Amino acid sequence: MSAQEYAFAVLALVGSVSAIRMVTAKNVVHAALYLVVTLAMVGGVYLVLAAEFVAWVQILIYVGAIVILFLFGLMLTKAPIGREALDNQQRGFALLVSLAVLAGLVFLIQDAFAWSDPKIEPVHGTTAALGESLFRQYVLPFEAVSFLLLAALIGAVVLSRKDDRP
Amino acid sequence: MIRLPLALFFSAVLFSSGVYGVLARRNAVMVLMSIELMLNAVNVNLIAFSQRLHDVTGQVFALFVIAVAAAEVGIGLAIVILIYRNRETINVDEVNLLKW
Repeated sequence: MSAQEYAFAVLALVGSVSAIRMVTAKNVVHAALYLVVTLAMVGGVYLVLAAEFVAWVQILIYVGAIVILFLFGLMLTKAPIGREALDNQQRGFALLVSLAVLAGLVFLIQDAFAWSDPKIEPVHGTTAALGESLFRQYVLPFEAVSFLLLAALIGAVVLSRKDDRP
Repeated sequence: MIRLPLALFFSAVLFSSGVYGVLARRNAVMVLMSIELMLNAVNVNLIAFSQRLHDVTGQVFALFVIAVAAAEVGIGLAIVILIYRNRETINVDEVNLLKW
């Protein structure tokens, strides 16, 4: 195993454990903080894979903005504490389904890719190529996404403001 | 050099814990957080295959997924706050106005 692979394995392990802790946490604020750890570890995985632009976008957008939005959402809605208040009655069924999904994915992955054969050799400095591809081939989807963000912004403001008129 | 199945297994674990969270949680904000976990699993796959195939398109699509996820969280939390204001609860199994 190379040093990159050790770093990847450590980041992936911490990220997986905190993802599992996030969906089983009894306190909603703790769950949000576990989400921060998972998202930061995913950002670190992007850095190890040498996708530095996506890694910093992940840190800025997810850890910086989306988690803050979640914390605001948790504070504005009275969040209960305790497993019974947070989980519904189908916990065993949910565990069964998610384990089935995990087993299916693991089977398909080890069926499709041998453990030793396909190696990722990260190309460094992909940001220039990323920008060129984004603004040359994918400029129309890029504009569509910016329009979507504008529409979502206006929609969120319209939905959540108090309407005093009768 | 990183083995591709390692990245895929990480993403599988993230995705299935997201599935568990969506199915088992009552709190609507927690359901939205679990959806973010599943979107992140998809992004890990996109980046891993982008670097495996030396094609930058995967990273472009990861950026699009992140942008759409940001829009989804904004609208989702606005809806959750609106439901809380009207019904005093955000438990997804108690909000059954559209169920007959």
